[in-house]
Formats: sequence, C-alpha cells, structure tokens
Amino acid sequence: MDLAYQKKYLPTKITVAGYILLVSGFLLSVVGYFTNLERSAFNNIILLTFIISVGMGALFFIGTEYLSGTVWSVPFRRVVEFVAASILLVPFIALPILANMGYLFHWMHPEVVEMDELLKSKAPYLNAKFFIIRVTVFIAIWWLIYFLFTRNSLKQDETKDQKLTKTNTRLSAVFMPFFAITITFTAIDWLMSLEPHWFSTIFGVYYFSGSVLAGLATSTIAIIFLSEKGYLVKGISQDNYYSLGALLFAFTNFWAYIAFSQYLLIWYANLPEETFWFLERWEGSWMYVSIGLIFIRFVIPYFGLLSQPSKKDPKRLVVMSFIVLFAHYYDLYWMVMPTYAKDGFVFGWIEIGFIILAAGLLISVFSYIANKYNMVAIGDPKLKRGIDFKL
Amino acid sequence: MKDKILYGYAALFDSPDDIINATEKTVEAGYKKYDVHSPYPIDGMPEAMKLPPSRLGYVALVVGLSGALTALLLMYWISAVDYPIVIGGKPLFSFPAYVPVIFEVTVLSASIATVLAMLFIFFKLPNNAHPLHGTDYMKQVASDKYGLFIHAEDEKFNEQEVRRFLESLHEKEIIPVYYDENEIAFKPRLLEPKFVMYLLAVAVITSGATYFTLNKLLYMVPFNWMMEQEKLTPQSTSAIFADGFGMRPPVEGTVARGEAFYPYKNMPEEAGNYLINPLPMSKKALMLGEKKYDIYCSPCHGYHGEGDSRLRGQFPNPPSLHSEKVRNWSDGRIFHVITEGQNAMPSYSTQLNEEERWAVINYIRALQRALNAREADLN
Repeated sequence: MDLAYQKKYLPTKITVAGYILLVSGFLLSVVGYFTNLERSAFNNIILLTFIISVGMGALFFIGTEYLSGTVWSVPFRRVVEFVAASILLVPFIALPILANMGYLFHWMHPEVVEMDELLKSKAPYLNAKFFIIRVTVFIAIWWLIYFLFTRNSLKQDETKDQKLTKTNTRLSAVFMPFFAITITFTAIDWLMSLEPHWFSTIFGVYYFSGSVLAGLATSTIAIIFLSEKGYLVKGISQDNYYSLGALLFAFTNFWAYIAFSQYLLIWYANLPEETFWFLERWEGSWMYVSIGLIFIRFVIPYFGLLSQPSKKDPKRLVVMSFIVLFAHYYDLYWMVMPTYAKDGFVFGWIEIGFIILAAGLLISVFSYIANKYNMVAIGDPKLKRGIDFKL
Repeated sequence: MKDKILYGYAALFDSPDDIINATEKTVEAGYKKYDVHSPYPIDGMPEAMKLPPSRLGYVALVVGLSGALTALLLMYWISAVDYPIVIGGKPLFSFPAYVPVIFEVTVLSASIATVLAMLFIFFKLPNNAHPLHGTDYMKQVASDKYGLFIHAEDEKFNEQEVRRFLESLHEKEIIPVYYDENEIAFKPRLLEPKFVMYLLAVAVITSGATYFTLNKLLYMVPFNWMMEQEKLTPQSTSAIFADGFGMRPPVEGTVARGEAFYPYKNMPEEAGNYLINPLPMSKKALMLGEKKYDIYCSPCHGYHGEGDSRLRGQFPNPPSLHSEKVRNWSDGRIFHVITEGQNAMPSYSTQLNEEERWAVINYIRALQRALNAREADLN
C-alpha cells in the first residue's frame, strides 16, 4: 500500500498553549480549593464527568467503528484514540473529590442516613466503601480497554497484521456491555447521588448521549484541525466530514429525545420525590440556565447541522463541534451546580478556572500523545477504503 | 406486435464510476431527455447530471411545519377549548403533553407528503404504466447493474448516432426499448369479475380479522390479563363489609366541597324567612337557570312552569308554578322545596348544586313574570 504518510510534529505553539492553560487552570483551581472548598469540589465533579465523557465518548466511537466495520472513520481513528487518552486523567481528577466527599454527598454522613428512611434503604449501595470500590473498578476497566485498543492498533502500524483488527473487533464486543454498565453507574454515582433522594431511570442514557456528543465533538475538532493542516494522509474528503457531522446531528437529536423523555415523564407523573429536581433548576436565575440549555444543547446545533453543506464544510463543522462541546460542559454545570447554589446560578473565577483546566488537560494530553505516535493507523487494512470513501 | 414504437435506447454499466462517467459524457453530448437508473442512490449523480438542487425538501418542510401547527392547534382546541377537563392538576394548555403528538404528526405528514409529491410529480401518479416497466433492462438495473437511458423524444435523437454514442462509452450491452400503443392506451376496467372478486375477498378478510381481533382475541389469554384486577368495580359485591355492598356511602355528616351545610332541614318556614338568593338577576344566571330548568324541572313542570308534564300521566302532574301561592313564596322557600323535595317531588340537591338551584329560582321568577306582567313592564 502506497500511502504518503509522513510523521509530522504538532507546532510547539499548541503544546505551549496547552501547558499554559493547564498550569493556569491548575493554579486557579488550587487557589479555589483554598478559598471555597465546597464550591471547588462541585466544580471538580463537573470537570471529572466532563473528562470521563470525552474519553468514554471517544472509546465508544472506536468500539463502534470496529463492531460495525466502518471504513470512513479509519483514516482518523488514531486521532480518536488520542482523544480517548483523556480517560487516563480520570483518577487524578477524582482524587480531590474522593478526599472531600463529605461536602458533596450527604449520604456520606451516618447521622444523616440514620434519620432518613430513604437513605437508610439505599445505604447498601450508597456508602463510601462501595463507592470507592466501584470507581476503582470502573477506572481499571477503562484503562484496560484503552491500553488494549491502542496497543493492538499501534502494533498494527509495524506488523500490518490483519488479525489485530479482528482482535480489536472482539475486544469491542466485550467492551460494549461494560461501557453501557459503567457509564450508567458513573452517571448515577457522580451526578445522581448528589441528590440521593432523587431518581430517574433514564439518567444513565441521558449522560451517555451527552458523553458520545462530547467525545465526537472533541474528535471532530482535532480531526479537522489535523487534516486541514496536512498532518494526516491526503484524501480525507468532505464525505468523511459529512459522516462525522451526521453523527453529531444524530446524537444531538438523540440527546433532545432522551432529555425530553426524562422531563415529560417526571412532569406528567408529578410525584414530589421526582419533580423537585426540575423545580430546583427552575428556581430564581436557574430558570434562564435551564432555558439556555435547550437552545445551546439542541436548537443551535440542530439548525447549525441540519443542512447538507453545513456538514461538509470543515469550518462550520468545527464551529458546531465547539458549541456541542461547550454545551456538554454547560449541561453538566446545569446538572451539578443547583445542588450547591439553590437560589440562583453562580459563576465566578472558580468556574472559569476549572473550564481553563479542562481545556488545558485535553490539549496537553492530546499533544503529548499525538507527538509520540503515528497520527494515522497506517497498518489498518481498511485504511485505503476509508480514504477512497464515497457516500 | 405490429404497432411497436421505439421508446429509446438503454445501456448497462457495471460500476457506479462507469455510470457517472457515462452520464457526464451524455450531458456533454447535449442530450436533454435521458435518465439514469440504479439500484441505490449514487452520491455525485445529481452533480454529474447537472441537476438543480432537489426541491423535494421544501415539500417536507412546508407540510411538516403545517403538520406541527395543525397538531398544536388540534390539541389546544380539544383540551383547552372544546372539552376542557383538568387532567392530573395540569393547566388546560399543557405544552409538554402535546410535544409527542406534535412530533409524530410532523414526521408522519412530512414523510407521507414527500412520498406522495414524488409519486405525483416525478412518476405522474394516476398514470401507473411506464414503457420501461417489465423490460429486461429494468430487471437488471433493479439488481446489480447501472443503466443509462436516452429517450427517443430527445431533439438530438437519431437511432444510428445514439447507438454509436453508446458504443463509444465502451458499452456492448445496448438495448432498444419498444412499446406498443395498447400499453399506453390501456384503461383499467373496474367491473372486471376478477378485480371485483379480489376486492370482495380483501373486504371479507379485513373485516373478519378486525371483528375477530376486537371482539374475540382481546378477551383471550394473555390479552385479558389487564382486565383481571384485584379491585371492586361499581355496583359489585364485597365480602369485606358486613352489608355486602362494594360501594360505600360517604361518612355521616360529609359535606360536599363548595356546599354549605343545610341548616333548615324540615323547616320550610324558617328557610323562607332566612335564606337569601345570592345571585343577581343577570343574563348569566338566567342562562344557567334555563339550562338546568329545562333538564331537571321541565319534564314534570313543563317548559313554562304550567304543570303540563311530558310524562303522559306516568307520574302525577304537579300544580302550576304560576299560582298565587308560589308567586308569593320567597326565594328561600322555593330553595327549600328543591333542596328537600315536597309531596311526590324528590330532593334535587344531588343534581343541582346551590348556585344552580338559585339560578333555577331566578329563571322561575322570569317565567312567572312573563305570565303575570306588571303594568310597568309594558313600557
């Protein structure tokens, strides 16, 4: 196979920018922890679930590619693997939260649980020991899957062994059920248990839909940047971009469907133990955040990605991906922060610090890994077909 | 077979790239009336054919939006205007409940309209015959070949030239397509016995299946499981209560919401003296009174209160409401009669709430005034 791929290194500008963001975000959040521990811990949860979303969304994308035998995404699958590397950050972001769980989860306090019939019956699941076991096991599973996926994929660059594709396909089949279970319980543990009285059976799917969007949007931004600047192979065309855009569009609709389903059922049944979650998000200035969520997460990406040209034009696709990625952070903020600030939304330098930290983490991990390995899976047997892909 | 007319020339290709290439050449050669047939939509074909962007999407947009609006107005009209019922304590106009309906109607109407528009505009629907139907050419492009067809009506059409042109595309399989006049002139006959028999068979099977499903199948296991519920239905017996009745009366002394306790039980004179009609002689009150009077009072008292019963002697006729006695009764005294009943007349307190009773009294006053007008009313 004659593929004119030459390894190029990312401009130092990007690496430096990544580190600057990382360091300034880190300093801001450390100062935040010293000035307002509780608020910082809540922001830390947003950051954690955001990074998990990006990493798991990317892993899901890789797994789906292997399982469905997709060819259009093969030329830039390695980029998605780089994005998935953010899953490696999870334990380091989770540590400060695990150290301050008492401020976040009121099911942590035995004297509160003792007084509360509901929490008492949930205690076999919601207790600190089991929580930490779950988190550890999940991270172990994710790391294992990530290492196996990338190890096989990188080995294929050298050996061109077609069997490795088969191995990864089998691995994807094993991964998918674990993905479904771990992402559901991640949503329940980190987000839903902030309000331990509240429950919504669709909540895991809700977080999943946002996660896939976050992973896709991050990957799309990276792919288009690298491809347009010539870091990848030649021949990645509008048709490949169109498919990425179509997936973004589809999952935007999926998110709206799930979000509305959750709202409709709770609104219709009108049970006090469920409705208070939405009422909190309608309290004071939270109302504007809730209305904004509909627009930022659904209306703008929907109309922005509706027409065919908007999915083929790399520039518009990048803009839309940034909006979708921002919308996921916004969504997590909307899910987490009302528990901290009941009267109205709060937004200050601590929040900005954590957003900068998120950007810094994603960029620096990406540039570190991208400089280390080939940016194209040159050994993949489907690569040629992926480059020649026509809709 | 004698009147075979040439419809056009067709050529078959093996790959989508070949057909795109051939299409571009056809456009270059200046043919206008040609068509391309393929088993699936080929990306890049509209560009190769130099087609303007399809406007079918606008049909979907317009019809979809009108579908959404129709569904919204329909739901609004049903649940907030025509038959306003409070469901689950929700406001009459509850948008979230309408969203699924709006969504479904939008998708349904847009997709149906798009398909119909395509059938009518492109395939000229009432016409269901086409000379290409049933040809070998059509059979092949419907499975694994890609076909290019040049119409004989094209201005540049010339049998030899077209043949040469298609050969120049390195195509060996060139098929002339003929049709005969009968095929186009064919008129379907509705009363053909075979057609009628089919129609009859379909009708019998459909109605039989519908009857079976709705009257038998739904009452069989497991579809009847939902009907078997551990609860007491109205009028059924119960072993729990000593008297065996499933339906329980309200607790002694229960007062319905919005109704005050009636203190003048068996005290008609006191009721007449102390009860005061709270309703004004307004049009609204009289309309309500008329409606309720016509429903509950008129069967015995007659539409004008003259005691002309419509029950033809099945029930004793009441005296006229225009008597001196009733005219001189106070409103409270009449209220007492409606509330408690009198002689053969039962209590109407369950049928008419307090406001309605007072409205009926207002209406009776209007009836009485109509037969015994004062001199002042003449002005």
